[in-house]
Order: sequence, then structure tokens, then C-alpha cells
Amino acid sequence: MTDVLKHENCDVAIIGAGPAGLSAATTLKRAGIESVLVLEREAEAGGIPRHCAHPPYGLREYKRVLTGPSYAKKLVATALNAGVQIVLKQTITKLEAKGVLTIASPEGLKKLTAKRVLLATGIRETPRSARLVSGDRALGICNTGTLQSMYYLKKMVPFRRPVVVGTEIVSFSALSTCKKAGIQPVAMIEENQRPTVRWPIHHATRVFAVPLFLNTRIIKILGKDRVHAVQVVDLNGDRREIGCDGVLFTGQFTPESALARMSHLELDYETGSPAVDQFNRCSDPAYYAAGNVLQPSPDSDNAISIPIYYTADNLPQPVEVAGQCWHQGRITAEWIADDLNGKL
Amino acid sequence: MTTQQHNMHTLNDNKSGNTSFLASGDIAVIGGGVVGCAVARKMALEGASVILIEKAADILAGASKGNSAILHTGFDAPVGSLEWECVQKGYHEFLEIRESFNLPLLKTGALIAAWTEEQEAKFTGILQKGSDNNVKDLRLLSRSEVLDLEPRLANSIRAAIAVPREYVIDPWSTPLAYLQQALENGGQALFNAEVTGGEFNGTSWVLNTKRGQVRAHHVINCAGLYGDILDQDVLGASEFTIKPRKGQFVIFDMAASQLLNSVILPVPTERTKGIVLFPTIFGNIAVGPTAEDQDGRDDASVDKDNLEALRAQAIEKIPALANIPVTATYAGIRPASDSSGYQVIENSDRNWITLGGIRSTGLTSALGLAQHVHQLLAKQGTNFEAITKPHVPCIPNLAEHLPRDYETPGYGEIVCHCEMVTEREITAVMEGPIPAGSLVGLKRRTRATMGRCQGFYCSARLAELTKGKFAVPLGVGDADD
Repeated sequence: MTDVLKHENCDVAIIGAGPAGLSAATTLKRAGIESVLVLEREAEAGGIPRHCAHPPYGLREYKRVLTGPSYAKKLVATALNAGVQIVLKQTITKLEAKGVLTIASPEGLKKLTAKRVLLATGIRETPRSARLVSGDRALGICNTGTLQSMYYLKKMVPFRRPVVVGTEIVSFSALSTCKKAGIQPVAMIEENQRPTVRWPIHHATRVFAVPLFLNTRIIKILGKDRVHAVQVVDLNGDRREIGCDGVLFTGQFTPESALARMSHLELDYETGSPAVDQFNRCSDPAYYAAGNVLQPSPDSDNAISIPIYYTADNLPQPVEVAGQCWHQGRITAEWIADDLNGKL
Repeated sequence: MTTQQHNMHTLNDNKSGNTSFLASGDIAVIGGGVVGCAVARKMALEGASVILIEKAADILAGASKGNSAILHTGFDAPVGSLEWECVQKGYHEFLEIRESFNLPLLKTGALIAAWTEEQEAKFTGILQKGSDNNVKDLRLLSRSEVLDLEPRLANSIRAAIAVPREYVIDPWSTPLAYLQQALENGGQALFNAEVTGGEFNGTSWVLNTKRGQVRAHHVINCAGLYGDILDQDVLGASEFTIKPRKGQFVIFDMAASQLLNSVILPVPTERTKGIVLFPTIFGNIAVGPTAEDQDGRDDASVDKDNLEALRAQAIEKIPALANIPVTATYAGIRPASDSSGYQVIENSDRNWITLGGIRSTGLTSALGLAQHVHQLLAKQGTNFEAITKPHVPCIPNLAEHLPRDYETPGYGEIVCHCEMVTEREITAVMEGPIPAGSLVGLKRRTRATMGRCQGFYCSARLAELTKGKFAVPLGVGDADD
């Protein structure tokens, strides 16, 4: 692994060193593709699992149960062993036709031309602003990703008594992080009449002693410097205040597709992902996409299945668990290899 | 806190050496908004020893924190008013000095857009007013001319008036530059120093602040949303009452930048300039402000209904915005007053000048108001010896259309990926002459957390980089393990 990009050309450039990008890179090397570069903007490879310390990770890939950080390390090691080159602190600022990338790196701006480019930039939760939530703009409002990176990477906490908004899989993960970090959420609220994922949410709210309020919606955040309460309203229109020192907005995942959005590539406006064909190939055939950045259309035939223990009949576009990203990275890499060999 | 040596051009009896004062000088400027920063700069350049007193931990904590960042020509100002005069002077001075400060300018031009027959009927009056206000380059555009310029506008548009010299500037770096120049030329700034009272002894003021006493010959009240209360508290009466008016804004993702080049102004009503669609210097498209009268002077909260209405109005005017995510929302509070127009009140018996009711146009007019203050003082016979070769600070560029820090090697790492903010920029701000006093202060100086993820990725790193430096920190502490 290096911080210095020396190449000006390569066979495949993969943007993002998370599960999808790393598994694609490994697969490409194993398929005999010579020059495979993974470009990662962070100072460390591994992606989101680096700060998800809870299992289960790795069931599909390594046939064993791992925590996020050890899973991330294993993915990186596997890729390096296969001969993948991972370059850290490389931020792509521009995608152009024919696989021409502009890259900001600590050594300055660079250009890289790749025969094929794979977008594996992942996903993030929708922040408060894009949800258009009313109220003050105080400190203590964040997403699960922020909480987890703050706690697992820096051992800091953004609040002690937050209200947790949402009941997705990630909300469960958030409760588990809170417990580890000594944070006691004062409430978990869900706008709908049922949790987004029924199990493990009911179970989790019992285990973590967090009261779950269904049919409850946040109508206002209160707090001058830091959050001190939220106003909520229920189905009957009854309003009340819950004292808290933060608001944790969980889930409502949105593809991290800014690069595609700012480029010549076509976007699927329904999902926010780059538009792709049956080979996960973008509107410019030099570009592919895989992993969480590629959310399946709700009505698409080949929507990826959800592992049984997360299944709920009301699950909206879910964030893919790492194993599915890994799998999708692998099959997309096979298509890219076929493409480079003139066989697609 | 920066405290620099006073320059040599102070009044003689000012060098009291009395250690019981937190600071003493020729002029105390109360309020670190854009007007206060501009007045501090002007008077420091004119040779006065200036003390800027701000109650918050950082500048721009009140009215100046949220505005539409437009550099106005004054085409629609009340004819012959002080506001018009200050807008014109401020506009010209900004264009004269901005390059020396490295302050950006986005030459957007504006279009006053008519979507209905009623709006179009007001065009004659607007053109006449522009001409009366000495803005001679307004011109009428037909529907097809408008659509040639702005092809993404909804084609229900009827016509527009072009205002070619309305521009967009950086709303936060600009006042920061003014204050920094004041400090580099002998001024001082005191933060967390709310003024609680004061006494005038016939020649000078002793102001009580929460940090101690400040002595100055002259006081310039630039307290914005609290200007009337300050006059009441210290002078015993105020000639005007602030009527806070909130304006909410919605910011669209940078992908929207391809959809609009100009500032799209509505045909104004009696009460407000109306809702504007505008490119920001940071590469986004914004829509706002609302105009909501309220009692609270600090209540810059947003509300879902208004935000949704703003978004809908933006989409109505540029349909392609429907596919662009919202990046951020914010609100500002304009210090409107009970009488229209600026309230510049000279209390020459007591060496006190109040600059009140500076509403939407303050960002443009601030430099003009500062010139006006200087003239008022000169007329009273208060003269200083202007600095012949003033220091000019070079302000780091945050504008998207100009080279950013990350394009130069050696930046360490990119901390905020959405807005491409480097570790080098953050370190420079935290160690700079006016260090950020809060996360929002850091955001205004660097763009960190301003972008589409709103801190999802970078909050942890920022919490680490700013640990122990903000009164209200990002992290409430270390985790209990």
C-alpha cells in the first residue's frame, strides 16, 4: 500500500477501497488483469466496516464470523496478496470520457487513464438537512456513520442521551455502538406504525432498554449551541417534548454518487445511482459500478436478495450488507475482465 | 485572541497605560457582523486605534451569518436614500479592493424574472427606478433572450430585466478580510465580551463588557439585531425598534451548478425583495430567503413547511432541480426596523453613532457605511492620520471557480471530502489571526461540513483536530469504555 500514485495508465482503476472495490480488485487480478489500482480517499483502506465493530461480517467471504475491522483488514490483505495496488489519500475530482480521471493527491493534481473504471464509492445516510427537519441547527445532530467513526476511530462521542430516529438495520447497529460507547439513548422513534425491520429492533430496544415510539415523528429540534430537546408528534396529533442532548438520524441510505452526478455519466434519478446495464456498465462503457453505490431499482427484476435474518416485508431499498457488496464486486469484476478480453 | 501593538497614530491622552481597562483606544465598534468589521477596518486604516467588541465567540454570529451573498448595484434601493448611497459606495469599494485581498467575485449578473402578466407590468417602474438610481445598464429581455441565457429556466417565463453587474461574493471571507485588515493595522478584537452598560464622562466612554471595561473616545453601535437594545441600555433610549425578519434558504447539491448562471430575482413586492434563486460562490444553487416576521432575535431555526415550499418554488422555476438532492438548509435573521430604511443616528454630544436597521443590503453597503461613519466623525472634528502603507491580508480562497488549496501539493490530507477541505487549511485557520471559535466558524472559514454529507465522513476527524479549541466542542467527551 502506498500514498503515492505513480501510474499514468492502468488496466482497471477502482474508486473506493471498501468491500465491493477490494473484492473486485482481487477478482480482476486473479483473472489475469495486469494493472489493477484501487484508489482510496481515506488514509486507510477497508471502507465502512472499519468502524462497525460488531459482527456478523465475513460469513459469505471467509465462512466465519468477524467484526467489521478484522473483516476490513482481511479484505485488504487478500487484495494485496493477489497483487492489487492500493493507493491511499487519492480523491477523484473528475470523471471524463474514456476513463480519464483527475485525482487530488498530497503530491498535487494528477491524471490517470484507465481502460476501465469501477465506481465503488458506497453509500451514506441522509443527513438532517436533506430530510428538511425543522428546528435549530445545534451541535449533537448526526448520522450513525458519524457516531461510529467518532467512537471506533477516535474514541470520542458526540452525545450521551440522544433520540434515535429510524428503525432500519443500521439503527440496530447504532444502538449497539451506543451501548459500547456508554451512550444511553432516551428514545427510538419511527414514523410508521411498524419498525422498518421488525427483528431485531423490538429485541434490541428491550436489550438496550431504549423505549421505542412508533407512529411518532420529529417535528422540531430545540437547542441553541447543543441540542436540548426534540418535539415529537404522534398519530393523534399529540405533541410532546423529549429531553436529549443529540439526535441520531439513522438510515435512509443514499448512494455516494456525487462523482457520477457531476460527470457525463447518466444517473438513475429514482435511486440516485449511476444508470447501468445488465453488466453493471454505465452509460459510458469505460465505466462500471458495483456495491452500495448501485442501489437496485425498487421494481427491477434482479433486485438483490436480502439475507433471511434481516428480512421484513416492509424493507425499503436496503443498504446492502457488506457480503453482498463483496459478491457484487466479484461478479462485476468478472464482467470487466471479459470486457477487457473482448468476450463480453 | 489577537492583540497587537496599537499603531502610532492614536490620540495622545489615549495612552493611559491604565491597566484596569481590558483595552482602550479611539474607537470602540460594538458588533462583529459585516458592518462592524467594515467600520473597524475603515477607521483603523484612517489611523484610529480601534477595538471591536463582540459578544459571541466569533464574528458573524448574528444577522451576518445567513444572507444571499449578492453584491448589489442598488438598482432597486429607495431613490436618494442613504441606503442607496452606501450600497453604491460599498459596491465600488469592494470591486476596487477585493483583488488585493484575494476575495472572489462571481460575475453572474441578475435577471429580474416575470412569470405573470402582473409582474411584467411592473417592469416599466423597475427600469425607471434603476435609471433614477444611476444603474444605467438595465435592459429588457424577451422570453427567447432569457431562455438563450438560461436555458434551464421553466419556459413559462414571460420576460426579464437583465441587471448585468449584480454579482455573487463570499459572504463570510469578506467580513473576515475586513476585520483581519483592521487587526493587522493596529486594531484589536475582543470576543465573548457582551456590552452590558457604559458611561460617558464628556470626552470618552467606559464600556462595561462581560470580560472587563473598555475605554474609547467614540462608540459605533453596529450591534445589528440588538442595536436598539444597546442604545436603550447604554444611552437610555433608542430611536428605532428592531423587527427581526427571518429568511430561510435551501441549498441544492453542486450538481445543480450546471443549471443556472445568473441570479434570478423575483419582481419585488412592497415588503421584500422576494425569493431569489442564485449560484453560490461555493458552487451550489440556493433558493431563499423567506420573509418571516418574528419576535426572537436569535431564532434562526428552519421549518419543514417553508423549506419544502422553497424547494417547490425552485423546481417550478428550474424543473431539472427536481432531480438534485438538497445539501443544506439554513436561516438568517435580518435586522429590519419599525421604519423602513437604514437608521444611522448620530449622537455627537456623546460621541456615539448608531448604525441600525441594516437589512438585506448590508453585505454590499458595509464598506459604504464605514465611509459614512468616517465622514460623520470628520465633520465632528475627529480626525486621525491615515496609515500610508496599510497591511493587506491575503484571504484563503474558498470559491469553487478559482484554484483551491487541494490543488497545491503538500496539503497533508483531505479532511472534508465533499467540499475538498484540506488539513492544511484547517490548521491554518485554527492557528490564524482570527481563529474559528466554533464549528460554524470553522465551516465559514474553510467550507468543512458544508457539503452533501453534512459531516457524515469528516466529523470524527474534525472532532480530533479541534479538540479543546471550541467552547462548544463536537465531541461531548471521550467514550466510556
